[in-house]
Amino acid sequence: MTAAFELLSVNVALVVIVIWLSLGILGFIFRDHPRFVHHFVFPIGAVAGLILALAAITNLDQAPTLATLPLGLPDFPFNLRVDALSAFFLILLGTCVFGVSLFSAGYFRDWTSQRLGLLVLQYHFFIVGMALVLIADDALVFMIAWEVMALSSYFLVTLDHHEPQNQAAGFIYLLIAHLGALCLLFCFGAMQDWYGDYTFEVMRDAHLSGPSSTVAFLLALLGFGAKAGLLPLHIWLPEAHPAAPSPVSALMSAVMLKTAIYGLLRVTFDLLDTQLWWWGALVLGVGLLTALFGVMFAAVQTDIKRLLAYSSIENMGLLAVAFGLTILFNVFNMPLLAALSLTAMLYHALNHTIFKALLFLATGAVTHATGSRCFSGLGGLIHRMPWVAGFSLIGILAASGLPPLNGFVSEWLLLQSFLLTPGLPHSYLNMLVPVAAAAIALAASLAAYVMVKFYGLIFLGQPRSTGAAGSDPGNVFQQIGMAWLAMLCVILGLIPHWVIQSIDYVTQSLIGAQLAPASAKNGWLLITPLSSARASYSPIIFMLMIVLVTFAVYLLVRKYFRRTSRRADPWDCGYPLQTSRMQDTAEGFGQPISQIFEPAFEIERVLPSPADIKPVYRKRQTDRFWAWFYQPIGNAVEWFSIKIGKLQHGRIQWYLLYSFATLLVLLIFVR
Amino acid sequence: MKLAVSILSQVTQVMIILLAAPLLAGWVNQCRAWLQNKRGPGALQPYRNFAKLFIKDVVLAHNASILFRATPYILLGCMVLAAGIVPVVATDLPFARAADVIALVGIFALARVFLALAAMDIGTAFGSMGARREMLIAFLAEPALLMVFFTASLISQSTSLNTIVETLGHEKLGIYPSLAFAATAFVMVLLAENARIPIDNPATHLELTMVHEAMILEYSARHLALIEWASNIKLMLYASIGLCLFVPWGIARADDLTIFLSVWNWRDFSTAQIFAYPIAVLCLAIKLLIAGAGLALLETISAKMRIFRAPEFLGTAFLFAVLGMLVHFLLEI
Amino acid sequence: MHIPITGQLINLFAALQLLIGFAMLSQRRVVSLINLFSAQGLVLAISTLIVAYSTGQVHLVYSALLTITLKVILLPFLLHRLVERLHIRWEVETLINIPTAMIVGIGLVIFAFNLAMPISQLSGTVIRSTLGIALACMLLSFLMMLTRRKALPQVIGFLSMENCLLFAATSATYGMPMVVEFGIALDLLIGSLILGMFFFQVRETFDSLDLQHMERFKDGQNKPGVTRES
Repeated sequence: MTAAFELLSVNVALVVIVIWLSLGILGFIFRDHPRFVHHFVFPIGAVAGLILALAAITNLDQAPTLATLPLGLPDFPFNLRVDALSAFFLILLGTCVFGVSLFSAGYFRDWTSQRLGLLVLQYHFFIVGMALVLIADDALVFMIAWEVMALSSYFLVTLDHHEPQNQAAGFIYLLIAHLGALCLLFCFGAMQDWYGDYTFEVMRDAHLSGPSSTVAFLLALLGFGAKAGLLPLHIWLPEAHPAAPSPVSALMSAVMLKTAIYGLLRVTFDLLDTQLWWWGALVLGVGLLTALFGVMFAAVQTDIKRLLAYSSIENMGLLAVAFGLTILFNVFNMPLLAALSLTAMLYHALNHTIFKALLFLATGAVTHATGSRCFSGLGGLIHRMPWVAGFSLIGILAASGLPPLNGFVSEWLLLQSFLLTPGLPHSYLNMLVPVAAAAIALAASLAAYVMVKFYGLIFLGQPRSTGAAGSDPGNVFQQIGMAWLAMLCVILGLIPHWVIQSIDYVTQSLIGAQLAPASAKNGWLLITPLSSARASYSPIIFMLMIVLVTFAVYLLVRKYFRRTSRRADPWDCGYPLQTSRMQDTAEGFGQPISQIFEPAFEIERVLPSPADIKPVYRKRQTDRFWAWFYQPIGNAVEWFSIKIGKLQHGRIQWYLLYSFATLLVLLIFVR
Repeated sequence: MKLAVSILSQVTQVMIILLAAPLLAGWVNQCRAWLQNKRGPGALQPYRNFAKLFIKDVVLAHNASILFRATPYILLGCMVLAAGIVPVVATDLPFARAADVIALVGIFALARVFLALAAMDIGTAFGSMGARREMLIAFLAEPALLMVFFTASLISQSTSLNTIVETLGHEKLGIYPSLAFAATAFVMVLLAENARIPIDNPATHLELTMVHEAMILEYSARHLALIEWASNIKLMLYASIGLCLFVPWGIARADDLTIFLSVWNWRDFSTAQIFAYPIAVLCLAIKLLIAGAGLALLETISAKMRIFRAPEFLGTAFLFAVLGMLVHFLLEI
Repeated sequence: MHIPITGQLINLFAALQLLIGFAMLSQRRVVSLINLFSAQGLVLAISTLIVAYSTGQVHLVYSALLTITLKVILLPFLLHRLVERLHIRWEVETLINIPTAMIVGIGLVIFAFNLAMPISQLSGTVIRSTLGIALACMLLSFLMMLTRRKALPQVIGFLSMENCLLFAATSATYGMPMVVEFGIALDLLIGSLILGMFFFQVRETFDSLDLQHMERFKDGQNKPGVTRES
């Protein structure tokens, strides 16, 4: 009985993967029947995602289940495995796919069949790639799945490949993805410790020496960091996300980035058997920089999807910070605190998946209705797209980390774990930790600034262009997809107790500690990560109080002061001739930030002279990392390739000579 | 019995804050008038204003959405919630367990985000400018406030405001240098968050300098009254938070109200224990009077800053708060 | 751990010292800078008195009195007069913006404390943890001198550095020998008088107290006072 049950979960995952694969292929074949694709392929894929998520939830507390598929190269079968960590990330994938696929069923309804066919194929391959990454149990499957994920998302990014902008975006994305993949390949090579066997089982058993595990960790950090968008490998993210169709951006930002986090956790806590404290400090520092950098750049963006992409960079930074803290606590043997920060990390990963997918879907609906991706062409959509506006409001409140929604809970847990650090046996670390907490608080409150900008400029105010007066209520699929994600934002915020309990299985399997024993005493109403004297938070009471008081005040005011209200022109200090161009703009919102944090930006200003008849004012903030990091590397590569290019003469004898020399050298080595 | 007393204590306190908040605002204005050699309208003026505003007709802009109309109520809801957490009279607050200081900062942030969104709703030049400036001030003031709280929670090993006050006021009496930094930062944050003078001028409608006033320019009648009330409560809450963190002496302990109410048992207790609760109320009144006068003085002697000096001012506050935490590590461990 | 009340008081004043150090770093106006300087002197004197009271060392009382007369009354008075006569009440320009300077300052505090930790563990005085703070204050004063462009704030930075040095001496070894302290005090007085005269000279030559004009000396082509930037 138990054996049959254990087999279930990895089998469910496999079945779902096969369903997705066949849906992708079916969709491609029947691309001339768009109704079939919209009403059958996407919804079925969505339901498959939900099934996967449900199966993974039931599997959280089970022992790891294994499967071996006789595919691939001879002697290299596909090893698959679902344990608590994989199951947790499968939940992320499944819930997100359910919402996004449903939305897609409505979103792509007016695409031509050619594009639709390609999209539906790549879209499902992309999901399959992500799912396979999460259940892979040897380096071969992992790398194949990783490449499937990278390539299919590359094709999705360059779906509109006629625009040179998208080509460039796709190129950068592909380049960095493959540099990352190369690092991962070497990382697995370092971890298998010359056994010649690339299953994760062997890697778990290998006892690496200090330096070689450091090498493996650093390679993993580079490889997964490139995918997660950690500084300075974030450069592809703000280019690739806007180029892809919105549901695809949603999946990339919400799930694909998390696979990198999954990989980091898998390598650090599962495959490597020791950690060093300075890894934690390094990751903490990189994470802090990434978070601050991401949110600062998000604040100055003028493109709605680029803004969200930078906000994703910020959130990946926060995850990295929590990850670094976990390593620190784990190394210094503080299991409870390690469990706390790991819980904060996983919780935040889940939350970010949900609210970022929701917000990307909202941008999809907005772009579709108005044809504009720039803030300067939007405004006032709350009147014409009330549903989208309502769901997005939940999304931005969650993304700003406001109680009682889900974003707050994970930030709360993260700050709690910072507050408990003074026990670290390292005086510099002890003092840097409060500074880090301050930086986190700064990033979190800047996120609120960014989200107010996002929502206010898109949905509130007056339309800034004629296009913005368009509207698109969306069909029922779109509404259900967004409603599902918005509902999860609220639910995950209100029942943190159960979520933490589920995450406990993961922390137990990774670092052998969990929070439940400490928090169980206080019941489900309050969450108390360590003890109730220390800190407690109850979102349900919180929510109830706000709702009750708000309604009570409303009713009282209505009862005793019932007065009619009348409509008039806005007052605005009595200025006549208000136009929509007088509203604050995205540039206006960005200006204070770029002034305060001026050193972080590479600012290019074009100021008109006073005598100019047609004055043009232009200001562009670009990433300093282009000049600091990528330009020198690019120059070096170019220089090097010119040198190498001299080898090319065009005479066949020379090429034969090269081959001959190589052969000789190899023979000398083999001897 | 115990639960009933707790609930009574909770309700009393929320009521005190709700009803006395306009009085504090009126008192600050009155003091300011005196300091400027004016007669002033009297400390009760806010109540008269509310009475007037509540009976008037609401005038809404044509494109005001539901968000605009709901915001005043949400704002007041948030403030009442916050009033349930901050111990101003006694630390006997059953509701306080639902939210700690981080959540308190979260409540203020929630209210602020809604107000900023409502300000952008009409789409006027001033509204959106005010919203942007408010968020600009907030993004530096909020982490500063959080760091002030963290300093106190590092000392008391808890993030629950109740426990912090119990510890600082009754258990771990002592001189905490880190709180000197935290207090400096807190005063700066208080000025910024309550639209007070170096950052914003609550008495001006001079277009280019206003922040808070610019945001609520489109509100009228009962909506305006609710918003003004909420901001009075916010000032009161900030003042009380400051008082309970830095001068917690006099705040009654958890069972002081029970002792005061159980008249038949009075002979079992000392006079100090019996009258701890009424004394706490008295202490609060005196402390608030002094704090209000101090605030008025501070506002009178300082000049309003250019808006771009504001980030510098708040950045300084933020760094002072961080220094407070550092000093705690340096001197108090 | 339990610290006696005098120790707590001294810790408090050490923190105030640090607070004043940061306030000086973030202050733009010369007049407020001078007031902060005299406040610093006062804090120093009070903490010296507390140390004197708790350890019963009489010479520290003299030291405190000397501090009060010289650094709380006389020097600020001289500086205020200088400001009046030079008409430099306007704001001080800083080379790097203030929050950045303060972030650097926080880094310095962490650095100083870690530097002082081994020393303060050796020291047996009750107030050993203040050594790190004294060191940090000294570095902060130095930082203030670095970031100011005008001459007067630099002098104030120099004077406050001396204050912190005295504070460090008090906290580590209960003060320096009296002779040394008198010597330093005299040096300071004469130094500030000379600097005062120097200011008048500088202003007469450049028509400004901006020390960036001094850079012109380097080239040797432009004679000071002959060419004047528009």
